[in-house]
Amino acid sequence: MPDYRNINVVVNGVKHELDVETRTSLGDFLRQEIKLTGTHLGCEHGVCGACTVLLDGEAVRSCLMLAVQANGHEITTVEGLAEEDGSLHPLQEAFWKHHGLQCGFCTPGMLTSLAAYLGDNPEPNERDLREAISGNICRCTGYQSIVDAALDAAKKMRGE
Amino acid sequence: MKPAAFIYHDPKTSKEVIELLSKYEDAKILAGGQSLMPMLNMRFVVPDHVIDINGVKELDSVFDNGSSLEIGAMTRQSNLSKSQDVKTKTPIFLEALGNVGHFQTRNRGTIGGSLCHLDPAAEIPCLMAAYDAVMIAEGPNGLREIPFSEWPLTYMIPSLEPDELLIKVRVPYWNSHHGYSFVEFARRHGDFAIIAVAVLIEMDGKTISRASISVGGADIRPIRLFEAEEVLKGENLDVRVFKSAAEIARKVDAMSDAYVTSSYRQRLAATLVERALVQAAERVSRGEN
Amino acid sequence: MGVRYIGAEVQRMEDPKLITGHGRYVDDIVFDGMLHAAFLRSSQAHAKIHSIDASKASALSGVKRVFTLADLGPNYERRMNQLYPAPVIEQNKTQYPLAKDEVCYVGEAIAVVVADSRAIAEDALALIVVDYETLPAVIDVRTALEDGAQLAHSDATSNLMGKMRSKFGDIKDAFSKADHVFSAGFMQHRGGCHSMETRGVIARDDPWGDGLTLWTSAQSPYLIRRALANWLGEPEERIRVIAPDVGGGFGPKAGFYPEEIVIPLVARIMECPVKWIEDRQEHFISTTTQRDQYWDLEVACASDGKILGLKGKVTHENGAYIPYGILLPNSSLTPLPGAYSIPAIDVGLDIVFTNTVPNSPVRGAGRPCGIYAVERMVQVVSRRLGIDPAIVRRRNFVRPEQMPYETGAKLRGGDPVIYDSGDYEALLDKALELSDYNSFKARQTEARKEGRYLGIGISSCIEDTGMGPYEGTTVRVEASGKIVVKTGAASQGQGHHTMISMIVAENLGVTPEDIIFESADTGKFPHGIGAIGSRIAANVAPSAFDAASKVREKALKLAAEILETAEADLDIEAGIVRVNGAPDVSISLGELAIKLTPPSSTRVPKGFDPILEATSFEGSSGSPIASGTNVAEVEVDIGTGEVKVLRYSVAHDCGVMINPTIVHGQIVGGVVHGIGNALFERMIYDDQGQPLTMNYGEYLLPLASEMPRIDVAHIETPSPLNSLGVKGAGEGGTIPAAAAIIAAIENALEEFSVEIDYYPVDPQYLTGLLEASVAS
Repeated sequence: MPDYRNINVVVNGVKHELDVETRTSLGDFLRQEIKLTGTHLGCEHGVCGACTVLLDGEAVRSCLMLAVQANGHEITTVEGLAEEDGSLHPLQEAFWKHHGLQCGFCTPGMLTSLAAYLGDNPEPNERDLREAISGNICRCTGYQSIVDAALDAAKKMRGE
Repeated sequence: MKPAAFIYHDPKTSKEVIELLSKYEDAKILAGGQSLMPMLNMRFVVPDHVIDINGVKELDSVFDNGSSLEIGAMTRQSNLSKSQDVKTKTPIFLEALGNVGHFQTRNRGTIGGSLCHLDPAAEIPCLMAAYDAVMIAEGPNGLREIPFSEWPLTYMIPSLEPDELLIKVRVPYWNSHHGYSFVEFARRHGDFAIIAVAVLIEMDGKTISRASISVGGADIRPIRLFEAEEVLKGENLDVRVFKSAAEIARKVDAMSDAYVTSSYRQRLAATLVERALVQAAERVSRGEN
Repeated sequence: MGVRYIGAEVQRMEDPKLITGHGRYVDDIVFDGMLHAAFLRSSQAHAKIHSIDASKASALSGVKRVFTLADLGPNYERRMNQLYPAPVIEQNKTQYPLAKDEVCYVGEAIAVVVADSRAIAEDALALIVVDYETLPAVIDVRTALEDGAQLAHSDATSNLMGKMRSKFGDIKDAFSKADHVFSAGFMQHRGGCHSMETRGVIARDDPWGDGLTLWTSAQSPYLIRRALANWLGEPEERIRVIAPDVGGGFGPKAGFYPEEIVIPLVARIMECPVKWIEDRQEHFISTTTQRDQYWDLEVACASDGKILGLKGKVTHENGAYIPYGILLPNSSLTPLPGAYSIPAIDVGLDIVFTNTVPNSPVRGAGRPCGIYAVERMVQVVSRRLGIDPAIVRRRNFVRPEQMPYETGAKLRGGDPVIYDSGDYEALLDKALELSDYNSFKARQTEARKEGRYLGIGISSCIEDTGMGPYEGTTVRVEASGKIVVKTGAASQGQGHHTMISMIVAENLGVTPEDIIFESADTGKFPHGIGAIGSRIAANVAPSAFDAASKVREKALKLAAEILETAEADLDIEAGIVRVNGAPDVSISLGELAIKLTPPSSTRVPKGFDPILEATSFEGSSGSPIASGTNVAEVEVDIGTGEVKVLRYSVAHDCGVMINPTIVHGQIVGGVVHGIGNALFERMIYDDQGQPLTMNYGEYLLPLASEMPRIDVAHIETPSPLNSLGVKGAGEGGTIPAAAAIIAAIENALEEFSVEIDYYPVDPQYLTGLLEASVAS
């Protein structure tokens, strides 16, 4: 017998109230119910980091949370990183400039993770950043261009 | 990889949790979810009921009672790292927590979750072994204290009755000048350690008056090297003594699996015990703590 | 001439949608009334299936139907076709789309559930009862050919799939003349695909309209269309295959899978769209991988290190079936002389069935294995003779003046392997310079004083890229002035949209932003091959260049008539044709397109075809040979056996670089994949054929935290084989990496005389070698 709950969540600033089956992960909920497919499910066991979203501003794996647990919380996905007028987040700009992505599948998780990380750690060095993204697997880039992009974005975000 | 259906419960107090645990036979506690959720997704675990304790606010606290740190079971690993009391009184926690998964998993993962999941290579149980921490569980008949040495019954099974909930842990402080070190060897940053070692030492003048060495990942539960601790007591901070302690670590009971042999685990235990002792000694000599 | 784009670091045109979460991967596509599928896969490595009882599963609420092979229809109880037939294949084992009565690896598809949601489909899987009779499994390829070995297929005559041999020169003479003969044996393990996006298929059948359409996460949509049409016995015309945004491919997505038959058939029977998205656990057991190769080689050399001959034997683990012909074992042998002039080679290779996931190429295919073998033997020669490995390489390289150089080896089709261009010694010099090779000894000595063990290793390689026959392009100017560029080339992150747009923009005189790019859709472009073997740039760049040239010619000819001037006086810039020296006299490409495609009752200008469009299939007239040298510097912690890569330098030559930023990304990403092979990635089975490595805590993909910064330098030796001088760049980072890392580890542990005989090198293996060395 399916178990449903009514939940209220704010996703990228927009309020949603709907019924969800309690076994649904936050990742599946965002993709299927809210129709925001930028959040990608790469492993569904919490290692690859592609599904990372911000829960009240903190980076979390959306495959390791139930949608029902997001009740009353605010979620930011990759679609919510750019400004409302479409101007890109400094990280998005930097990923583009530094070729920080190839296939683009891990990219949403990289961007959300780094957005949260740089918020708490505005002056990281390369070593810090490599550790910060060690919970995000990229099979294409070899990570170097992602690190370069993050260093550049951090600089911009510090206003340098 | 979608979980099988279950009935979801979200109690707000530990009392409600215990009532639910008493009522339902096949129920799983959902804490931070960083271990349970993968197992649900893979259907390794197929419970009829999931009891989500993220709404039980009383379990999320870090409290300095003067002689010990009391850590609520639902304290997030990332929040514990931010605690000022941890920084000043149990700094080894910071060193260990940096190796617990990744910052995204630490934002959800909890202290209690790790202690109940009880992976033998996990950092937090290894710390609790080093500190002889006390696990405090609540059941229908009230609170029960369990010393960490009695907490793991066997491989990944804590000493909890089906209707009990881990409420908090009490971590007794070492003196304010103690030396410490947490070292581990994992193939990649954030992986479960193959071997993790936690070392604490206290000095009486130039000699070691008290020592604790715990090793995670070797056996089915984290273990204390009491014999090696005895060897250290009354000795100066001397590499030769550390090497004798390391040789005892080399004889530790160790598991073998598809990836790692017992003899490699023993080699690592010896290497890491020596390195941890050297680092703890440096810290205590510098008066870093 | 207009703006130059070729060679410029143009930011990718693919990126804006991907960085904002607006990519469109298979799982992002949703249709009304779409059902969701989940496959029941064999839990046994080898078993007879006596019966399948799906009654309980079928009865579950939300389940639409459960299919076994028989339920797909009476015409479909057939094995899949061999994609690449070859005389070498002695026993042609392909699988049924769903198992019939025998399963030969854990993960083989047995049944499929179609339901309202994936979760319900998974609920139903647990209710299907399969009556297995377990059969003995063959797992260790080393004993699989012994007399009395268990058989991977119950109806096989042995576990030998076929034998190959690369043989040229006078091998007897080489070994009899040699001052020294050295031998070495080693195992090479290469892991799986592990693209961050798993596989996935959506099928929709519209018998009165478009026919059968598949959206699939694939590298070769045209191959899938052809294979599916052949197998179904239906015309290609009625099948459309689209690869939307694809989240990485790396080889295993280049084949044709059982799911690409089953999902279309099920969608047809159910009369609604059906989606199947592989989950990560399925990826471990059902997506093809590379596996073990055991090499035993002997090298004959002169005392100065000049290599005279190489002989030996390889045992190649094929897995249970042959989904991909012999491409992988073949590409392990063809690179065999490597970057060197070796007069005689005789290496045989046995291809062996085991009860594991079937084989396909993974980034580099067999080339990393063949190059590793050659580089190992160079390392053996260098160490045994005590000659610096850089010097041994200099004494053996094929020299620029020898180009074109025929190695003696043969390509799969029988054509000779010819090195078209390159300067291997210059690449070595460049890599040594980047790595501060000359001062390494001092660094090593200094570190040793602190108890640290540093080592350096070199690896040089060649790579046959750009295999033909073609990858075409159509360029068309629309009335709006927008340029539609269509190609069969499918991208999984390589930036083809950008690369092709740059070529067309430069040649046609438009801006890349004016280009509307369509690719990897069999409904939009008629023919294609696929993104494999670093072949796209060397094939599609010439066709894009040629098609754009033809459109340019046509536009200039028409403009010359209209503007009443000579073609030579015209130029195109930003989509406007202008008369040189009279900038006010102009006509846009869009206006020219309208003139050529006029409304009814007017005329197409005399001497012109309608439509301002051209298509080209020009490619390369052979395989351009890319080349490179890598230098790795490592530190080995002798207490734990941990290997840290401290520094990594690459000198690479892929001819003319169209977009250096993209090339750089390919090289760095490729190196990291190679380091993963050398140190981390290993898929383990137990001796019953149960896969043990089933998650990303156990299968160790390289993470940012363990990877070094990689310094890359380029030499551009244009290939004479195509109009742009380009060579492929997709795999040149991966191919030499393992050999460089492993040579560096041996160098670090020189005083222990450690010789490494397998990879991935894990720390416990290294400490084992150290303990054995100390004990002796």
